[in-house]
Amino acid sequence: MALCKRKPRGALKHIVSQFELLKQNRSTLPSLISAPKPTAAASSSSSSSSWLSKLICDPRANWVSRTPLSSPRRFESTVAEKLPRFANGVPDSLTLDFPGGKVAFTPKMSFISESPKERAHCYRVLDEDGQPLARSSFIQVSEQVAVRIYNEMVTLQTMDNIFYEAQRQGRISFYVTSMGEEAINIASAAALTFDDLVFPQYREPGVLLWRGFTLQEFANQCFGNKADYGKGRQMPVHYGSSKLNYFTVSSTIATQIPHAVGAAYSLKMDKKDACVITYFGDGGSSEGDFHAAINFAAVREAPVIFICRNNGWAISTPTSDQFRSDGIVVKGPAYGVRSIRVDGNDALAMYSSVRAAREMAIGEQRPILIEALTYRAGHHSTSDDSTKYRPANEIEWWRTARDPVSRLRKWIVSNGWWSEEAESELRSNVRKQLLHAIQVAERVEKPPISDLFTDVYDVPPLNLREQEMSLRETIKRYPQDYPEDIPA
Amino acid sequence: MAAAIFQGFGASTALSLSKSFDSKRVKLPFGRSLSERRASFVVVRSDGRVVSDSCRARKLVTHAVATKADSAAATSASKPGHELLLFEALQEGLEEEMDRDPHVCVMGEDVGHYGGSYKVTKGLAKKFGDLRVLDTPIAENSFTGMGIGAAMTGLRPIVEGMNMGFLLLAYNQISNNCGMLHYTSGGQFKIPIVIRGPGGVGRQLGAEHSQRLESYFQSIPGIQMVACSTPYNAKGLMKAAIRSDNPVILFEHVLLYNLKERIPDEEYVLSLEEAEMVRPGEHVTILTYSRMRYHVMQAAKTLVNKGYDPEVIDIRSLKPFDLHTIGNSVKKTHRVLIVEECMRTGGIGASLTAAINENFHDYLDAPIVCLSSQDVPTPYAGTLEEWTVVQPAQIVTAVEQLCQ
Repeated sequence: MALCKRKPRGALKHIVSQFELLKQNRSTLPSLISAPKPTAAASSSSSSSSWLSKLICDPRANWVSRTPLSSPRRFESTVAEKLPRFANGVPDSLTLDFPGGKVAFTPKMSFISESPKERAHCYRVLDEDGQPLARSSFIQVSEQVAVRIYNEMVTLQTMDNIFYEAQRQGRISFYVTSMGEEAINIASAAALTFDDLVFPQYREPGVLLWRGFTLQEFANQCFGNKADYGKGRQMPVHYGSSKLNYFTVSSTIATQIPHAVGAAYSLKMDKKDACVITYFGDGGSSEGDFHAAINFAAVREAPVIFICRNNGWAISTPTSDQFRSDGIVVKGPAYGVRSIRVDGNDALAMYSSVRAAREMAIGEQRPILIEALTYRAGHHSTSDDSTKYRPANEIEWWRTARDPVSRLRKWIVSNGWWSEEAESELRSNVRKQLLHAIQVAERVEKPPISDLFTDVYDVPPLNLREQEMSLRETIKRYPQDYPEDIPA
Repeated sequence: MAAAIFQGFGASTALSLSKSFDSKRVKLPFGRSLSERRASFVVVRSDGRVVSDSCRARKLVTHAVATKADSAAATSASKPGHELLLFEALQEGLEEEMDRDPHVCVMGEDVGHYGGSYKVTKGLAKKFGDLRVLDTPIAENSFTGMGIGAAMTGLRPIVEGMNMGFLLLAYNQISNNCGMLHYTSGGQFKIPIVIRGPGGVGRQLGAEHSQRLESYFQSIPGIQMVACSTPYNAKGLMKAAIRSDNPVILFEHVLLYNLKERIPDEEYVLSLEEAEMVRPGEHVTILTYSRMRYHVMQAAKTLVNKGYDPEVIDIRSLKPFDLHTIGNSVKKTHRVLIVEECMRTGGIGASLTAAINENFHDYLDAPIVCLSSQDVPTPYAGTLEEWTVVQPAQIVTAVEQLCQ
């Protein structure tokens, strides 16, 4: 554009330069994988942290400026604070000091463009055939971990299919699939420890799966029976498990993002070696809660990883109607948050980026934003028919040609870690377990009447005890109007 | 006012007061169930007597109502306890709880070094550090959400709304998450949060800053609501709210922050679910809370001169109502007048009227009268603003009509 003589300001340059740096530095870091075929090497934990620490501590790296933008000196807020990026090399006569720090001034009027010359690059490790890209850098994954990641992705995919069918058969009332987002779910979970707190939206059951939630426990929640940890109070897929550090799903969009920042604040106060991770979609990033929470996390230096699953659709709203920015990744630097854009259908890229993010979040006590590009291959939920607003062949293409599960399978097969037999055995086993879990869950009793009134408060107060008595009396008096199998 | 009645009973009462404020008995037994707590808890009534059940002997009323708070200062030199203003009482309660439990933290706008817009958190940031007294950006929904997330992870946050009206922005988090997550998670995650702030009609603050949010919040299942009105109950309720494992909303009033009263030196915690007997009487039960308590007590002075004997109860607990105390009063007087600052439609008075009618219909000799503000936004002009708030003269007239 004619008026925009300046190049896009620092923000995007950072992201691009990070990527460039990764490519440049690979030769100086022996533990980093750059060759096309990795050998079955040892697990990556120690090597990755030395790789990261090298990158982070490398004085030559202008990856990120490590001095904080402004330190909390409340009573000196009107005094100019040191901003090395601008103070260095710019004579004082060419800077202005306003609250917030020194800025270099310019006599030329030019507006920063509303769109960058180039969209932020997307980090990817495997190509569509499951082969590592030339010069790709990633944290190596052992055979055991890789096969496990694959297994859980298949389990998630199968679970989604079977529960979706169960809803269509009328056995459960509602379901939300995560089809197309299996890599985001499982690979991000694999990169965390069990101490890290998870604040999900509703399309992340894979994280629970990774942490050991059994298929039976999933089924119990969907059927809302007595064994459900939520005691039958929430819709299907609103899982929650305090022992697995997975906070109960709340239907409201983006409300979990400030929760995550609050929890990170709690971890920071206790100085725990853990971080918080929260997930939301492209639509969720429009909510006010997202903006305030990420801003706050930056100000308070909270160890949170924000993962945006940009799957292109918020029910029927495409991203072109959701925002006009270059996706969500550019919003990170706008708030002072380090960010990266990742191919969300690439399990290895997801794993590496979340691992790296975790190290930075805890080691540097800062928030990180990861935008995972993907495609919502299923409908929004069982109450939606997405062929009404997008072409059926587009959905089909993403489900087959761009399936994250197949892509990872190609990689592990090419390493000799997986086979056709293992594949069919896995799928039939999981299917059998799921059908069994559903049959069992269907037959378990529903929660008793008393569970209608407990947990509203720590102890039921008088008015609720009265209401419970009144309900019981009514049921006793008119048993024909109530289901027969209500447990007491 | 509680303060005046406190002073009015002379030295002997003061001595028995100090005996009764035995901190061992008054401390809230932690972790007991609600019903157990009710039985064993020592309630310190504002008339200075300590009761463990609700049976009340008639007290001779020498000073029915408020003499000015300032005159109390003259006689207070030799009395036990210490004098302070209501906002200082809140701060004292807050500080004691923060000392007692390192998980207690404060978040809100300007609560840190600025000390809070009404100075309730003054000095706390300096004492406890920036991490425990957190200044938030102007994003009420989000910092309330943060408080909820922190509470689910083990902290006990106190979220301050600079003005209660701003909490309308936090309604989504308060209703959908704060009130619900303990229930929907099957009891796995608890939310011991306190949300507090000043509300009510102040001195010409305009419509947006004169809201009565208790009307809007009262329906949310899972939360408790209390309103303080004196320095004594402000401190006690603040401490009780912080110790409660349920989410509690504590309503303060903009005009009451500078009330002065003498409160005990010993530690005390009040019950969140109990009403306060301000003035026992025989003829009519007047139920009120927060600032209207003072208009009622002023009207009571006039009423006493006219020969009436009103019983004044500060309900304090807005959710749930203390129907036990209220019921006993109704059974005695058979006439009820509710005086509130909420709007006529959908306010606390409306719910209270329904609750009393439902439970104590047989004991009423007359329909319940409820005096509330009109269903209009609060105007700025001083005269107009005064007319939207229930004035003592209206209360006197209402009692006269009720007692015909």
